Parts: sequence; structure tokens; C-alpha cells
Amino acid sequence: MDKLIAKNPCEGLLPLTIGSVTLTEEEPGVMTALAPYKGKEKDLSAALKAAHGMAYPAPNRATGKAGSRAVWFGHGQAMLMGPAPDASLAEHATVVDQSDAWAVVWIEGEGVEDVLARLVPVDLRPAHFKRGHTVRSLLFHMTASITRVGDRAFQIMVFRSMAETLVHDLKTAMEGVAARG
Amino acid sequence: MRITCPYCGERDRREFYYRGAATDLDRPAPDAGEEAWENFVFLRENPAGVTRDLWYHEGGCGAWVVVTRNTVTHEVLETRLASEARS
Ligand SMILES: [Zn+2]
Repeated sequence: MDKLIAKNPCEGLLPLTIGSVTLTEEEPGVMTALAPYKGKEKDLSAALKAAHGMAYPAPNRATGKAGSRAVWFGHGQAMLMGPAPDASLAEHATVVDQSDAWAVVWIEGEGVEDVLARLVPVDLRPAHFKRGHTVRSLLFHMTASITRVGDRAFQIMVFRSMAETLVHDLKTAMEGVAARG
Repeated sequence: MRITCPYCGERDRREFYYRGAATDLDRPAPDAGEEAWENFVFLRENPAGVTRDLWYHEGGCGAWVVVTRNTVTHEVLETRLASEARS
């Protein structure tokens, strides 16, 4: 068999800096969807804490830190990003490997909220949306997961097949904000 | 129009897919008879006033939401997770 070459979702598209905002690709490591069984959320949270040091996130929240994070991912599920899932998690939840299925980017800089305000129908300004807050919402026409990871930094995830559209939409918004000076 | 998702809070209508009347929550038993099944599959109310719909938070958390709203005033009266709601 030929040697296969690993390729990131945003390969050849990023990094990108326009005005004061920088867009880079993040390599999240292993990505695992966790869907707790009925009534097992507390047990799953305890197992997550013991194995990976973070609680199971409440709706609209992310736990953990860069390199080892659990992001609430919608009705009855969270995405574990970074560590390979400990076997104990499977006692309380369905555990599905989704590594390489998502394009993950990091957008950062002065005015980053103005860029996202052009695309996302949710108020992401710091007064409402603080570090550790996350939303499932739309980014222009795509469903996305958006998490505040710093004072002026967000992590954004979309389906891997949408990577080029994601970069295009963010680039257009970044250009629009930068043009206003 | 804004809809309050029980998980996500108040969101723009564009994030939601409209399914229709919330009758899907009251599926008749398999042996309920022809009339009950005909009503369930084909017949819908068309109220000028309060109605119960199913909406899917497609551009959001992926939850099905039962929305009680007024078709005359456009007021949204109540939203609940479909997984917890039965009429
Ligand atoms: Zn929702």
C-alpha cells in the first residue's frame, strides 16, 4: 500500500491575519463524543473527573483547559477534546471516536467579537459570553460549536467537509471589520 | 420571531426547523382503529389563536422543542423539551 499523507482540515488555508484578528488552525488531538445514558450524567462526570480532571459540562459550558477540554455539544452530549478516552467512561455513556471529523480553528485579537457578530446570531460580547461559555449556533449557514477560550479568543468547530467554507466566511467578515478601520 | 430553547435560551427563528402541530407526541396505539389513525396522519386544526407546534433546534443544540404560541398575536407562550412533554 502507498504511504498515506496526513492532512489537516484547513491545510493550505491557514494561518491568516487581517487587521487585528488572527485565524489559526488548532490540532485538537483525539475527539470523542460522549452521550451519557439516562440518569448517568453524574456518574459520567465523576468518571471524567477521575480520569481526565474535568467535570461533565452543563449546557452552554465547557470544562477543562487547552489540550484537555470537555465542551457541551448539544442535547445530551459533550465533546471530549485532547486525551484518549479512559475505558471507565463507557460504563456511563456512549463513547464515539470523532477524531478528524471536525475542523477546529482558533480566532483571536482585538475586535474578534465584531467579526463574529457578522456571522453568528448570538451575543458573544464578554459581558454575556465569558471564558468557559460555549454555544451551538450558526456560523453564517453552517451549524457550529463556538467556545470562548480567552479574553479575545474563541475556538470554533464545524464539520470537516465545511473547512474551506468556514475559512472563507471568517475571512470575509475579518476583511469587512478591518476595512472599517 | 424569537424562540426560547430550554437549553440554549432565546434564539433567532433561523436556527429552528418547523415540523408542524405537536400531534406527533400523541401517536395512537397500533390497534386504535382507522378513525384514530386517519385523524393522526391527515387531520390538523388550523386555529386562530393558541397552537402547539414541534420545532427542531437544528442550528443549535439539536433538541426537539414543543412551542405553545398564539397565531394571532405571534406571542410565544411556552417552550418545553419534547423529550419531557406530553399533552
Ligand atoms: Zn437549543
